[in-house]
Amino acid sequence: MNRTVYLDNNATTMVDPEVLDAMLPFLKEQYGNPSSMHDFGGDVARDVELARKQVADLLGADNDYEIVFTGGGTESDNFAILGTLAYFRDRRHIISSKVEHPAVLNLYRRLEREGYRASYVPVDRDGNLDMEFLKKSMDDDTAIVSIMHANNETGVIFPVEEIGALCRERSIPFHIDGVQAAGKIPIDVKKIQCDLYSISGHKFHAPKGMGVLYIRRGTRIRPLMYGGHQERGRRPGTENVPGIVATGKAAELALKNLPAEERVRALRDRLESGILARFSNVQLNGSKDARVPNTTNVGFEYIEGEAILLYLNEKGIAASSGSACSSGSLEPSHVLRAMGVPFTAAHGSIRFSLSRFTTEQEIDYTISVLPEIIDRLLEISPFWDSATKQCRPVNIQS
Amino acid sequence: MWDYTDKVKDLYKHPKNVGTIDNADAVGEVGSIVCGDALTLYLKIEDNIIKDAKFQTFGCGSAIASSSALTEMITGKTVDEAEKITNRDIVDYLGGLPEQKMHCSVMGREALEKALANWRGEEVASHEETEGEVICQCFGVTDPLIRKVIRENGLKTVEDVTNYTKAGGACGSCIHKIEDILTEELKRQPVAAGPEAKKGRLPLSNIKRMQLVEETISDVVRPILQKDGGNIELVDIDGRKVMVALRGACANCLVSDVTLKNLVQEKLREFVEDDIEVIEVR
Repeated sequence: MNRTVYLDNNATTMVDPEVLDAMLPFLKEQYGNPSSMHDFGGDVARDVELARKQVADLLGADNDYEIVFTGGGTESDNFAILGTLAYFRDRRHIISSKVEHPAVLNLYRRLEREGYRASYVPVDRDGNLDMEFLKKSMDDDTAIVSIMHANNETGVIFPVEEIGALCRERSIPFHIDGVQAAGKIPIDVKKIQCDLYSISGHKFHAPKGMGVLYIRRGTRIRPLMYGGHQERGRRPGTENVPGIVATGKAAELALKNLPAEERVRALRDRLESGILARFSNVQLNGSKDARVPNTTNVGFEYIEGEAILLYLNEKGIAASSGSACSSGSLEPSHVLRAMGVPFTAAHGSIRFSLSRFTTEQEIDYTISVLPEIIDRLLEISPFWDSATKQCRPVNIQS
Repeated sequence: MWDYTDKVKDLYKHPKNVGTIDNADAVGEVGSIVCGDALTLYLKIEDNIIKDAKFQTFGCGSAIASSSALTEMITGKTVDEAEKITNRDIVDYLGGLPEQKMHCSVMGREALEKALANWRGEEVASHEETEGEVICQCFGVTDPLIRKVIRENGLKTVEDVTNYTKAGGACGSCIHKIEDILTEELKRQPVAAGPEAKKGRLPLSNIKRMQLVEETISDVVRPILQKDGGNIELVDIDGRKVMVALRGACANCLVSDVTLKNLVQEKLREFVEDDIEVIEVR
């Protein structure tokens, strides 16, 4: 197989050819500034507004002006949290979970250094939120609850509607990092009752460098930056028109293709059950029930994740790992550790994430080459006895 | 993606000498599954010559490549020759390793050392009895190992030590201990350029020294700290003692001691005088 079998769609996705076609005119002849008085710019402004409508539809937002275009998921997360805190200056408590993306987690760490009190909701072995802990954490001083819709490493979906109701009862602003949900599961911001919802274009087949923040009508928030009137002053600066048009088109296609996610789910399940059935040293990380349809995270015991990735790469397969080595840090993924995944499996965790462009052939090819890779690495491992096909006694002490 | 050399890629794809040796004359085990890498080395030794070497490794690409390189390097060598091999030699054999992966080469050398101790019949008991104080509890890295690696590789910063030994790379609570070891080791090393540089400098008057200190802090040190959201205030200068206060992100930083010594003091010594001492006041 010469082509890359791309199973790393939670990292980024390919730009849908239709999306590329939609954006290209705005990189060529339609280069007008949407703020201009002449038709050359004014026509472009209409395309920007169409994109806003397309994104509003994907999120289930009633009003197009609730959609603000930003420079990416990280910016949206930062805007939502910092903008809310800038408004509610007297509240000094912030809530999130232990398994958030660094875009939220590292911002919270920074806020803690500035004197904020932070509560991080733990998760259980399956990656599900401790709702009791969340409820007990909320108080009059809480300025924001920021929770992800779906986890990027395990795909586990959090009960955002339940959290939305809790926040609404207590009048606490609620932000959702929905970067890994958009295009994978239906989103209805009204039903969820959230105030803020962040997504990122390149996770659903738009180009990189585009984000969206949904800001519910009536939400009190201050901008991060000051400048022109663009995006109603909430995100000033001349619009990235090609990126916005592409994000709108990608949102339209994502909504249209949501039913096709069932096909993705079937392929994911085929890959997952293929792996779980073939190997004795493997376990599933994350709840089997509440998960986005495209993600599976499996932990291979007694072998190391980066080595698996390098061997997969040799076979033309792109995936990712929560192992320490592959990240450049010295500890395995904070998500897997928060779930209490044993070290024996955390170091060998591999995430496969599919998209609507993944084919059955690609999945079958992956299942067919894995045994060679895993068996070879087990043969190299000091913790595995290839003769008896069992693990050797492992000294867990460091 | 790591920037691995072709040699590293070749050796993790096609490692040599994988396996065990029945009735091995020497076995050396290092690392653990918790740490994320582990290596077991088996040796067959006859007439002081290493006739055969085999290994098993749990770890990333560079750990597999380092282990393979080690076995290739020592096979056919006398025990005395093999003992002289350093982690640097393993790195050179591989054509280089990314900085954050240097600990893989150290692990190889450690396994060899343990295997040879085992062959000599030295009882390898607990870490502390044979190998000194454990400095990094997360990864079980001892004081003598850190010192050895600092000397052999000419390490200068805590980050270097973490890259080479993993020490300090998890909870970070031992960073100040590593800093103390580094300071001791750096004092012990004769600084080649030191005396020469001193000779070339004219003695400073008090006024001149104050001027230079102020300039260095505002033009060199402050911009670096500001990049990380920190800042520094010059509080007082008393002879060669410079009193400073760290502000912004630096004020609550866990490694502010390291910043003071490695950055502030280092820069002042570079641009002002070799014996400037920096003292933090809060």
